[in-house]
Amino acid sequence: MSGARRLFVGIGNPLRGDDAAGLLAARALRELGPEGVEVAELEGEPVGLIEAWRGAEAVVVADAVACGGEPGEVHRIDAAEGSLPAALAGSSTHAMGLAEAVELARALDRLPARLLVYGIEASRFEVGTAPAAAVRAAAERVAAAAAGELAPGGTLEARHVFGDSRPGP
Amino acid sequence: MSAGNGEGNGRRRIETNYLARVEGEGAMRVRLRGEEVEEVELRIFEPPRFFEALLRGRALGEAPDITARICGICPVAYQTSSCQAMEDALGIEVTGQLRALRRLIYCGEWIESHCLHLYMLHAPDFLGYESGIAMAADHRDVVERGLRAKKAGNRLIEVVGGRAVHPVNVRVGGFYRAPERRELEALREDLERCREEALETVRWTAGLEFPELERDYELVSLRSEVEGEYPIDDGRIVSSKGIDVAPAGFDATFEEQHVPHSTALHARVRERGAYLTGPLARFELNRERLSPLAAEAAAEAGIGEGCRNPFRSIVVRAVEVLYAFDEALRLIDAYERPDAPAVEWEPRVAVGHGVSEAPRGLLYHRYEVDAAGEIVSARIVPPTSQNQRSIEEDLREFVAAHVSLPDDELRHRCEQTIRNYDPCISCSTHFLDLRVERL
Repeated sequence: MSGARRLFVGIGNPLRGDDAAGLLAARALRELGPEGVEVAELEGEPVGLIEAWRGAEAVVVADAVACGGEPGEVHRIDAAEGSLPAALAGSSTHAMGLAEAVELARALDRLPARLLVYGIEASRFEVGTAPAAAVRAAAERVAAAAAGELAPGGTLEARHVFGDSRPGP
Repeated sequence: MSAGNGEGNGRRRIETNYLARVEGEGAMRVRLRGEEVEEVELRIFEPPRFFEALLRGRALGEAPDITARICGICPVAYQTSSCQAMEDALGIEVTGQLRALRRLIYCGEWIESHCLHLYMLHAPDFLGYESGIAMAADHRDVVERGLRAKKAGNRLIEVVGGRAVHPVNVRVGGFYRAPERRELEALREDLERCREEALETVRWTAGLEFPELERDYELVSLRSEVEGEYPIDDGRIVSSKGIDVAPAGFDATFEEQHVPHSTALHARVRERGAYLTGPLARFELNRERLSPLAAEAAAEAGIGEGCRNPFRSIVVRAVEVLYAFDEALRLIDAYERPDAPAVEWEPRVAVGHGVSEAPRGLLYHRYEVDAAGEIVSARIVPPTSQNQRSIEEDLREFVAAHVSLPDDELRHRCEQTIRNYDPCISCSTHFLDLRVERL
């Protein structure tokens, strides 16, 4: 398993306040520099995720969410445990959100063997504003947690050590 | 936004606000009195206005990078229109292989954006699915084909633009680095395969069932000044009612008005009214300029003689995807790496205009710059605000003709009517609060 591709993806828009949360987490993780972990940033629509994690065994995705909690609150969701909560899914007639990308990948059997989603509570998305301090701090916490989860012997690997095939969706 | 009148409606609205990619908000309200459509309002919140303020005082060379962030789906369109406006202001021209590269990266964006809309957002409407995810279970081959095409578009943007999202290689005057010929050659196999598949997709969309709706729009698009070329990256602004002006004539031809129900401005042809921009308009005004392969596919799909039904825009998008693959391969065939990756420039006091064909339609930029190379004022008119009035008129006509449908069905049909325009994720809105009020 140590040779398996391990990936962290931060999603966000750097010009829209708290929406940068995922990107900040990616940058913080790069600073930590965990060995063997690839770090990617996505600023566009999340369907690109499905391509980004092709061939990766263990993936952590971080994104801003607005579920009504306090800014900076962090939700941790294991995609293997079922559909992402409806509160994280966009019901827009146009956009596709992170949850939809994950569910699309599930429908097409293209989920990574292990996928964790970190949602960072965000509240302000105005153009040109800076992310709130609580959101910045949360991004650092997520980076630290993800470094542990993606490390050799970390939680993401542990469940897979003895498995030679990926669990069904 | 006011609360929805239906239980499901309220819930949907809340969920939308939960979406992380909050790059726009919107609502539609239809008010019926008996059989009569009293009011149709599309309310959108429009981020480009905020970017206009953000741009003031910034270096003119920053405009492509800043405006690219208005939209996660069509950054190349924003980059191209802003570069062209700046180049107009600076009095330089980007021609030859540099222009070809600009067109090539734009092909990638058309492919990527059209495929996301066509396969994931629009097709489910015609096949009766709630979402692209639900559709994927039954039409896996189709969805996989869409993702393959989208990926090929991505790769094209990545190779020319440096990366797939918000390309970093684009600059005023051209590029930071021109790709080697072999880098583009490496894309060929994928592009050829996807071109074949794009042809299948045109046939597939032609077989869908379309609601009847034909409207006498004033169609507005670019027309390339290169003979026989379908408009993508530049050209003159033309219309089905005789407009034919250079980009600098945009303001004298069109005007934007505040309407009380929306923060977005409504555009119209001066002293005339609503107009339509986007795939349908491009196709109608330029279909004789498609490549032979794309023209043949359009004819086979039954739109060779024209198409004014907005629901059939899915077929037109499929034809444009096919064209974009074909055009990308043609450009790669003819590519020779230019000696310099960009045309050099010196700042000067000037005003410049740029227009290009974003996947959803005309995207106009105008900048005033000073001698130090700083932006004095910026103006951006995205396609969705230009189409807003036409969307409302479509809705009014469609609802009037289907007033007997139950509310849920009518609401769904209204959503579908709006989706015909592929309203931009950030140039316009998420349509969540869809209300039908009967008095």
